[in-house]
Amino acid sequence: MNKAVGPIKRKFAPWDDPAGVPFIRFENVTKRFGDFVAVDNLTLDIYEREFFSLLGPSGCGKTTLMRMLAGFENPTEGRILLDGKDLAGIPPYKRPVNMMFQSYALFPHMTVEANIAFGLKQDGMESDQINTRVAEMLRLVKLEKFAKRKPHQLSGGQRQRVALARSVAKRPKVLLLDEPLGALDKKLREETQFELMDLQIELGMTFLIVTHDQEEAMTVSDRIAVMNHGVIAQIGTPAEIYELPATRYVADFIGDINLIEGKVSAVSGTQLSLTSEGIGGVIDAEAAEGGDATVGLDACFAIRPEKVRISREAPPAGSHNVLEGEVWDIGYLGDISVYRVKLANGTIVKATVANMTRIVERPITWEDKVYLTWPRDAGIILTK
Amino acid sequence: MNKNLTWFNVTALVLGFAFLYIPILILVIYSFNESKLVTVWGGFSTKWYASLANNQSILDAAWVTIRVGLLSASLATVLGTMAALTLDRFKKFHGRALFSGMVYAPLVMPEVITGLSLLLLFVAIGFDRGFWTVTIAHTTLTMCFVAVVVQSRLVTFDRSLEEAALDLGCPPFKTFFIITLPLILPGVVAGWMLAFTLSLDDLVIASFSTGPGATTLPIKIYSMVRLGVTPEINAVSSILIGVIALGVVAASIVTNRAEKERERAERAAFAQG
Ligand SMILES: Nc1ncnc2c1ncn2[C@@H]1O[C@H](COP(=O)(O)OP(=O)(O)OP(=O)(O)O)[C@@H](O)[C@H]1O
Ligand SMILES: [Mg+2]
Repeated sequence: MNKAVGPIKRKFAPWDDPAGVPFIRFENVTKRFGDFVAVDNLTLDIYEREFFSLLGPSGCGKTTLMRMLAGFENPTEGRILLDGKDLAGIPPYKRPVNMMFQSYALFPHMTVEANIAFGLKQDGMESDQINTRVAEMLRLVKLEKFAKRKPHQLSGGQRQRVALARSVAKRPKVLLLDEPLGALDKKLREETQFELMDLQIELGMTFLIVTHDQEEAMTVSDRIAVMNHGVIAQIGTPAEIYELPATRYVADFIGDINLIEGKVSAVSGTQLSLTSEGIGGVIDAEAAEGGDATVGLDACFAIRPEKVRISREAPPAGSHNVLEGEVWDIGYLGDISVYRVKLANGTIVKATVANMTRIVERPITWEDKVYLTWPRDAGIILTK
Repeated sequence: MNKNLTWFNVTALVLGFAFLYIPILILVIYSFNESKLVTVWGGFSTKWYASLANNQSILDAAWVTIRVGLLSASLATVLGTMAALTLDRFKKFHGRALFSGMVYAPLVMPEVITGLSLLLLFVAIGFDRGFWTVTIAHTTLTMCFVAVVVQSRLVTFDRSLEEAALDLGCPPFKTFFIITLPLILPGVVAGWMLAFTLSLDDLVIASFSTGPGATTLPIKIYSMVRLGVTPEINAVSSILIGVIALGVVAASIVTNRAEKERERAERAAFAQG
């Protein structure tokens, strides 16, 4: 079962619907461990059937957030609602939420089969139904041949898949996956991603997933929340997060981006102009949402390397949105080449160029003087 | 390995072992002595073992000892495991330090004092001394050993396994019996065996807490010795040594084997990739 593309998603955007009711709601949730604030006054809505990803650096509170939803930690302040009901006081074994643990937490004294069947047994499911479900799960994670093994007889990736199967087996309303695919190789990971998406659509579950793999988050999620130090830096669809980052932190965290520091020199509506010493010229672009727009403010222009055009021909004098520099380094990555261009003030700007032909000789080479240009709406000015 | 076996090391080893085991060896050898005189070798014989089988008072004492051992070891295992769990789980309750100190105090308390205090207690509440008082006294003595053994096992126990079980809908009580207990079982079994052996060879506490009709084997041996050492005593003692050695060896095998097996299986899995 090798699918080139995932299931085509119908238009799904309950978060844009003013009448939409969130399925999971974190309401001003704070979690402290002693003096340390792991989650800081966080409010987050997740909708039914949504595939929601949490992205963020290690230690930013992703696991803590999940553990509160699963019932292993109590919020210090605030409340968590599931389907309109406050979860406070409901023990983990009575919540319609299943979690896949970052450490897998497989029962070492039980076979793979028994591990997967564990949750179903607790529900008092008939044994032949359990067998069918377990077989189905083993097929999903491609571990049919390992059903009778104990966890310690499996490789890391295999254990991870057992943990995944075990948490999915009960088909909970909400599935929490803490780095579910980290230990898998690229091919298996992509296959499993699509299987998960299929499963989610088929069963109508709500997924909350933690991942360090941005590409994975982009592929699978309806929305992504980027976290930093216990707060949410930005929530949005993958495209919004990538194309319209709200802050430098988000811009820098997701994908590759050029950040050019400067000062706001003109404001007209949501359009800003940015000047900076040593880069020559003026950069005009849209302001990021939620940012301040005052002349003289420190700001930075953010543009993705693939949107920067590189050329040896000088554009007409006085044009805006032009940077001038010298080719500092060229990286050949097969499908694309990355040009690192050094501006007069020393800033390095990356531009990627798709390798459309089998170039033997490059039209642009080391130490060439080049001009970087881009369409007017390709970048964004960040003031936060 | 061989390089480390210097002349000094070998001597130290031989002396150490000789010091520990020669008295026991002599005792065992003389239990096979034909002669009635303990100090004169009169040829090999197993007749003292045969005469033991006809000595009803020794058999009775052995039976009491075994019953007390089984019962007190089991009680101590339940109580000791519970104490170990509490100490492991609740890191921060008020009085934790006091509680853990109190659990471990009997480990270092002079047995005479433990015995005496139990005796005073039984007298004070008017408990007739006999089988039950010895059993209770042994439970008190051995439960702290069980707690220590079980606690060392709990250190390596991964709490997220319990969380996973809860998460999958298993209530806490059931989780304990189907997840936690099976995984700490080697520690619990080792604790039981240790408790059983301790109960078998205890003389001091038993003599304080015993009463008519509940003479344990060590008490019996002790009182026989006071009337003179006979080869029969050597024979009983040899058997007791055998049983205790078996218990200790079994306890260490149980704890070691589980670890080794896991390591081996892990290596095998690793080799397969
Ligand atoms: N029980 C605890 N006691 C004290 N501090 C804790 C506890 N659990 C988590 N923390 C702290 O809270 C912070 C957030 O932890 P969390 O496990 O949520 O991070 P994470 O975002 O999941 O990181 P990773 O990506 O590495 O898994 C960390 O700094 C961690 O040290
Ligand atoms: Mg984590």
